[in-house]
Amino acid sequence: MNAVTYNFAYLDEQTKRMIRRAILKAIAIPGYQVPFAAREMPMPYGWGTGGVQVTAAVIGPKDVLKVIDQGTDDTTNAVSIRAFFRKVAGVATTTHTAEATVIQTRHRIPEHPLKEGQILVYQVPIPEPLRFLEPRETETRVMHGLEDYGLMHVKLYEDIAHHGRIATAYAYPVKIAGRYVMDPSPIPKFDNPKMTMSPALQLFGAGREKRIYAVPPYTDVKSLDFEDHPFEVQTFSEPCALCGARNVYLDEVVLDDRGGRMFVCSDTDNCESRRDETGAQS
Amino acid sequence: MLPLRVRDIAKTFVMHLRGGLRLPVFSNVSFEVGTGECLVLGGPSGVGKSSILKMLYGNYGVDAGEILVAHAGRPVDLAKALPREVLDVRRLTLGYVSQFLRAIPRVPALEVVADPLIARGTDKAEALERAEAALARLNLPSELWSLPPATFSGGEQQRVNIARGFISDHPILLLDEPTASLDAANRAVVVDMIEEKKAAGTTLVGIFHDEDVRDRVASRIVDVSRYSERKARQ
Amino acid sequence: MTEAPILEVRDLAKHYGARLGCTDISFDLWPGEVLAVVGESGSGKTTLLNCLSTRLTADSGSVVYAMRDGSRRDLTTMMEAERRFLMRTDWGFVHQNPADGLRMGVSAGANVGERLMAIGDRHYGRIRDTALDWLSRVEIAADRIDDGPRAFSGGMRQRLQIARNLVTAPRLVFMDEPTGGLDVSVQARLLDLMRSLVRDLGLSVIIVTHDLAVARLLSHRMMVMKDGRVIEEGLTDRVLDDPREPYTQLLVSSIPQA
Repeated sequence: MNAVTYNFAYLDEQTKRMIRRAILKAIAIPGYQVPFAAREMPMPYGWGTGGVQVTAAVIGPKDVLKVIDQGTDDTTNAVSIRAFFRKVAGVATTTHTAEATVIQTRHRIPEHPLKEGQILVYQVPIPEPLRFLEPRETETRVMHGLEDYGLMHVKLYEDIAHHGRIATAYAYPVKIAGRYVMDPSPIPKFDNPKMTMSPALQLFGAGREKRIYAVPPYTDVKSLDFEDHPFEVQTFSEPCALCGARNVYLDEVVLDDRGGRMFVCSDTDNCESRRDETGAQS
Repeated sequence: MLPLRVRDIAKTFVMHLRGGLRLPVFSNVSFEVGTGECLVLGGPSGVGKSSILKMLYGNYGVDAGEILVAHAGRPVDLAKALPREVLDVRRLTLGYVSQFLRAIPRVPALEVVADPLIARGTDKAEALERAEAALARLNLPSELWSLPPATFSGGEQQRVNIARGFISDHPILLLDEPTASLDAANRAVVVDMIEEKKAAGTTLVGIFHDEDVRDRVASRIVDVSRYSERKARQ
Repeated sequence: MTEAPILEVRDLAKHYGARLGCTDISFDLWPGEVLAVVGESGSGKTTLLNCLSTRLTADSGSVVYAMRDGSRRDLTTMMEAERRFLMRTDWGFVHQNPADGLRMGVSAGANVGERLMAIGDRHYGRIRDTALDWLSRVEIAADRIDDGPRAFSGGMRQRLQIARNLVTAPRLVFMDEPTGGLDVSVQARLLDLMRSLVRDLGLSVIIVTHDLAVARLLSHRMMVMKDGRVIEEGLTDRVLDDPREPYTQLLVSSIPQA
């Protein structure tokens, strides 16, 4: 297969225009789910078809692309998507958050603070935050339209009633600019605070469900909670076993079958950069 | 303004399920009752005494005529009043003691009796206290007070009903054979209660089968058979 | 007796294509009044209830509602956002089948608390206390608060549905055969509970039922419907004890004497 036979970034120009119109609308109405005519992509649903289409619609020849999957740059999903865009768009790729202009992500926000001009593209499996309690799409659309969001708190209420605290740890619902309630995709709630007033543009693409939504730069993103059970992020008692970082999101790595385990940075680029700087470990 | 004036009322039942059979009950019934008076509706059984009482209470519709009740300082015609007006008249002006108790599931006797007082705004504790006194006076065993009257005997149910009817201070009280299933002792209590109502200025209209009771409480007796269509047909 | 009606219905009509739902419906409902709408299946009583509660759009006529602030609004021209707000604050709707009115997938406490959260209560402890209070008012034990309705009997589910509706102190409650499908003893308990709640809270109620005993026990006033029209109305005991219309006489004579 010769990549040259594909249009720049795989999608044809009409499709990209269609997706860009959806993105512009999504930016104009922060948190609102805009339907779009998602195309079949050369990868299965669940592998980031929504995110890839958004990336394809916004990426230009001079962009530098970073792709992460659960924080790491070196999993199959991340490596494949990076290779895909190198082939069909010929763009430069990187693993360094600071160098990237477009970052496609599955289930994490990088630890390194984002800056103006960067675009963070989230891969979204289920865009509808109300679906857990209200399966009818016709009804959830009306609920969004009327700002009828009591149901979101019913879910949090159930958490506290059954677990003594808000047990939702990922895909934690947020309210955007005081209006739309949004599913931030399955990022750990640890990352929720990074979304608010971020200088970067955040775009969300759901391929299977054909929805795009957005959080424009410097937009208020509030995690839902109760007055007597305020929103809290996960905390880790120990620093990263590799780079010693605190206040970052850690993955638990099982080392052997005798209960040995270690906690290491989920964001591999951040972890490696720290280790390079301090020279602590190679 | 007299407490109760009845002018030319008439009633015919139309039995649609029996081919539209018309059963005229009576016509041109007219009487007046004054304050502190006990008017007894007399005449043989079947002439429609109970029907008149039910019309006075708004329980039966009226085909013609007027039933003027002095209610909250003005006359209300129950023959034409709206449902909510009838309910208001019943709440404040017009009481009714029927032969049979319409028991409400799970509501204890004491609350059944106190209910009209509470509906008129009496404090619940005070209403229950007065209900206890009324039931005690009618010799209803206190162990029954907290039970729903659905399973009571006829006489016990009737005493609950009498206590309920007499407890409030309605200016007009309708009595439909209140002593029918009572023994002599309790009949005497009811006669005393009626006399007390009269002395207090309550207007009463009643039906009494028991001639002894009737003669003791009646200020006046109207023989209803002179209005009765059934009698006229015979 | 100087206050105004809470609901004024004028010339309401609803057709399903060529078929008549209900027509020529006009009445006033007064604060604290319980109105029973009786009739057999297909008489239009449920259509009427759904039109009044704005769950269905009427073809013509007006339904004027006295809002909490005293203003009078025609529900047939009200925007959906406002109607929904009314439905979750000022109104209740008790369905015959509790599963239609409950969220079966969440706990009893969340079912009761949902309306509070919908109107902006964001204090978990307060919501839970209110839910506990309401569960006890409908005679559901406090230790069932975290159980889901699927673990409840039919009677309990119906009581839960009532609590869920009454938690925001609504002024008007619509009920559609609330005792249908329940055992007689369970019905009796529910009726008694509804009777005392309606009275204690001074609720205005429109209750649709084919059970005349339910109408007698709960309602002040009755409308009898047949073929989409109201054929007889009046004080409940008057209609039941002295029915005028042929159909009403048939209905009343069909009650088995227990």
